[in-house]
Order: sequence, then C-alpha cells, then structure tokens
Amino acid sequence: MLLLTCPNCGDRNVSEFRFGGELSSRPKDPSALSSAEWANYLYMRNNVMDAQTEWWHHNAGCGLWFLAERHTRTNEVIKTYPYAKRNA
Amino acid sequence: MLPTKQMSVQLLRQAFNSSQPPPRMWRSHELKERYDVVIIGGGAHGLACAYYLAKEHGITDVAVLEKSYIGAGGSGRNTAIVRSNYLTPEGVRFYNESVKLYEQLSDDLNFNVMFSQRGHLTLAHTDGGVNTMRRRAEVNQIEGVDSRLIWPDEIKRLCPYLDVSDHPRYPILAALYHPPGGIIRHDAVVWGYAHQADVRGAHIHQNTEVTGIKVKKGKVTGVETTRGRIKTGTVLNATAGWASTITTMVDIKLPLTTIPLQACVTEPLKPFLDVVVVSGSLHVYISQTDRGELVMGASVDPFSSYSMAGSLTFLEGIAGHVLELFPALSNVRILRQWAGICEMPPDYSPIMGFTPINGFLIDVGWGTYGFKASPIAGKTLAELIATDKTPDLIAPFRLSRFEENDLVGEKGAASVGH
Ligand SMILES: Cc1cc2nc3c(=O)[nH]c(=O)nc-3n(C[C@H](O)[C@H](O)[C@H](O)COP(=O)(O)OP(=O)(O)OC[C@H]3O[C@@H](n4cnc5c(N)ncnc54)[C@H](O)[C@@H]3O)c2cc1C
Ligand SMILES: [Zn+2]
Repeated sequence: MLLLTCPNCGDRNVSEFRFGGELSSRPKDPSALSSAEWANYLYMRNNVMDAQTEWWHHNAGCGLWFLAERHTRTNEVIKTYPYAKRNA
Repeated sequence: MLPTKQMSVQLLRQAFNSSQPPPRMWRSHELKERYDVVIIGGGAHGLACAYYLAKEHGITDVAVLEKSYIGAGGSGRNTAIVRSNYLTPEGVRFYNESVKLYEQLSDDLNFNVMFSQRGHLTLAHTDGGVNTMRRRAEVNQIEGVDSRLIWPDEIKRLCPYLDVSDHPRYPILAALYHPPGGIIRHDAVVWGYAHQADVRGAHIHQNTEVTGIKVKKGKVTGVETTRGRIKTGTVLNATAGWASTITTMVDIKLPLTTIPLQACVTEPLKPFLDVVVVSGSLHVYISQTDRGELVMGASVDPFSSYSMAGSLTFLEGIAGHVLELFPALSNVRILRQWAGICEMPPDYSPIMGFTPINGFLIDVGWGTYGFKASPIAGKTLAELIATDKTPDLIAPFRLSRFEENDLVGEKGAASVGH
C-alpha cells in the first residue's frame, strides 16, 4: 500500500498518515460496565483477516481522522470516508 | 555446540552411501478420525508442545495441523535472538527457563540447533533509556540472570566497530549487557522438534488447514480441516499471527492485533561482530550469522495487516539506522528482505492456557519476541494438557488477566529487542 485517499486532500503517500486501529464502538455508559465488558472494550479486537473498517489520521496533512475499509490480507483499500458518513 | 555422536555417524554413513536418499525427518500420514490432542499451527511452539507431550507425559496420540509447510510462519522468518533479560520478574523467570532448555536442546533433540550464546547488548541513548536498562539489570540479577549495565569503554571492547563517539545524533550512553543471550538456527529448532515428535508417534500434517472448530455444550468435540473432520476433546491454538482467525471460529475475542514485522540480510562479510546489538531508540537490531551475513530487523510496520509483503520504506529506514551505529557498513549490499506477521498483545506478554471453552487452549500473544519461548511454552502447555492444571510459571500469562486488571507490562523490554 503506497497511497491512501484522504477525504479532504485526495491521494497522498501513506507515510503522511497514522493508523488508528480497527473501528469499535464506545460504551454508552462506561460506569455501568462490568470488568469483563470494560476489558472487552479496552483490549479485545476482532483482528479480522478480511475487509476491516479502521481509523486513519492525516497527521502530516489536514489533521482529519477518517475511516477506511481495507482488506487486511491484501492491503487493498476499498474506500475511505469521513466518520460522519459511516452509515451512508 | 557440536552435533551429537549419532548424528555424525549418520552423516558419515550418508557420505559413503550416495545412492540412497537420506531418511525423512518426519513422515506423512492419513488423517485419523480421532486424536487425543489436536495442535493447530506447525511452528516451533506447536511442534515443541507435541514433543514434550510425548516425551514428558507419554501422550502420543497427537496431530499437528499446519495449513502450509512447517515453519512457514514466524518460526521460519524470525531473526533468531534468544535472551532472558526482560523487565518483569514473571517474564524474566519464564524466558530464563527457555534459555536453559535451549542450552540443552541440541543434545535433547540429537540435532544441532547451533545455539550461539555470544552476548546481547541493548544500547541506551537517553537518560530514560539508561534508567530502564538499570532497572532491567536489577530485576535480572535478582532472578539470577547474568545481566549488567556497561559503559562506552566496555561496549567498545565488546564491539569495536560500533560508533561510541559523541558524533551520532543519539550518542550511546550505556548498554545492558546480557552474556547468555545470542542467536540460534531457527529452522533447525523447527525440524528437530518435528523429527523427535514424529519419532515418538505424533502425526504432523502439512497442507492441512483448520476451517472450523466444533463445540458442544461449551466443550470442544472436534475440528474441521481442508482434508476432513477430526474428533478430539483437546485443541491448542498455536497459530501466532493467525491466532484471531482461529478463535473467531469459537466466538472468542483476543486482545491481539496482527502487524507485519520485516527483516533483511546482507551479503556475507568477514566476522567482525560477535555480539547481538539492539537499539530501541533507533528501532534496529543486528547480528552476524556464522556465514558472515548481517541479519537486521526493525520495529513493526506502521499498520496492522496479514500481508507478508516487504516494503522499501522499511529498507530505507533500517539502512539509515544501521549506519548511525556502524558507519563502516555504508557499501554493504542487502541480499534479501522478508516479512512475517506478529500478533501484538497490549502488554507485550504472551497469553497462554485455558479459555472459557472447555478443551480449547491458547498459546498466543508472541508478538515480535516469541521464538525464544518455544521450548518453555511447549513444555508448560504440555504439562497443562496432561495435568489439566496451569503450571505456576505461566499463571501470570492467563487470558483472564485482562479483566482482572493484572497485566504483565513488558513493553520496555520486548519491543524492538525481540
Ligand atoms: C521478522 C521477524 C523477526 C523476529 N525475530 C524474533 C527474534 O529475534 N526472537 C524471537 O524470540 N522472536 C522473534 N520473532 C517472533 C517469532 O518469530 C514468533 O513469535 C514465533 O515464531 C511464533 O512461533 P509459533 O510457533 O507460535 O507460530 P508460527 O511459527 O507463526 O506458526 C504458526 C503456524 O500456524 C499456521 N496456521 C495459521 N492458520 C492456520 C490454520 N487455519 N490451520 C492450520 N495452520 C494454520 C501457519 O501457517 C504457521 O505455520 C520474529 C518475528 C518476525 C516476523
Ligand atoms: Zn487530509
């Protein structure tokens, strides 16, 4: 993988970006979680060998945190989009 | 270490008998319908476990299932550094038992694994680095591991070509010196364990991929493979980088992220580097093999992946950092580079033993540092399988530590250091 498409800036060298890990959902009410649920949120990962929705940060560019869908075996990037458009 | 007698006799006989092919190191078998124990993953860990199950506990109805060839994973791709100068008492104790097993392994397996305890230097370039090394030296000494802080004059004596002047951007201030650390022939470890497991009756099935795991009422009953079904009550997941792909089959989530790690090797040079040199600040480590090649590695890739492709970014980075340490190497050519995949846990310690599913065991979380643990991991897990009890040595590495908030933080000694 050499290029990644920032939703703001377009195609850029992947070295301009920082990887932010797989997308997970934050607990709605953290204080109501059991230790197991809290550990699950903090540490457990799906770590799929498949298409993965994940965070990227254009840290050497516009500073946007956005989402990408990438196949973790081939590194093929299926699409990138702003977080706000995740359900579109 | 010299090859043992029997092996030399075999070699000699072979030399005078060129018409016969050498005997196979391990045989092929049909899949049996049922095994007492099924080990998924034919790396050094899975094979070591099969060996110790047979040798120490007489459990020989064992299948090792490998989707590719044995040693195709990290066990055939690592840079073969073996050491025990970790940061936590739990870690130091555990890895030290592994070093002890490695010291006996050539004799034990009747196969020369070329363990070369040439000494291991971890360089410190900052005050913070010096403090970490001091702490590690203290913990190591309390645990009886030969390890101490040394200064540039002694570093220079051990490694004359290293630039210990104040010219580099990050001058070398001190180093953690660990004399029993060294390198080993990683393929020989894989082959030796495979051979001795085979001799004792374990079945090694290559080209056999696990595609599903059968669970009934919370208990394992079998596995599905590309070559058919197997009934079993005990399954060990020893697939390292692929560990999460196996545990999803039984709906268990692990605290792992799979990230590639790359390495490269140069053309052979005359021997000049006795010790293994590691610099955490420069993200680089380097050793010279018996053939004279320099084996070099760095930190993990910048993003998670199961792809084992190499990158130019890695080569550029490592070349710069190695030259910072050894300016004299500027004209040396790289012969090859490769990558393997590493399953990184949050605390840089392994995850071993029981899971919520009865009969489903794990041996994962080996990250960038698990090859050195193959003997002790195999041995303790064999004991766990035979006795149905967690050996004390690996109790700190249980899966439940994450919800018990009892992590074993090894980052200060495990990242880059391997
Ligand atoms: C470049 C590099 C350098 C390293 N350097 C060091 C070092 O210096 N020192 C050190 O201690 N460690 C090092 N490591 C880490 C070390 O290589 C690993 O932690 C260790 O080899 C893991 O061994 P294993 O037997 O658990 O797994 P592996 O050797 O990875 O074996 C797992 C096996 O499982 C198989 N498998 C996967 N999925 C399936 C399936 N569905 N069915 C059947 N089989 C399957 C794979 O094909 C593979 O052969 C390094 C790693 C890399 C990549
Ligand atoms: Zn941008």
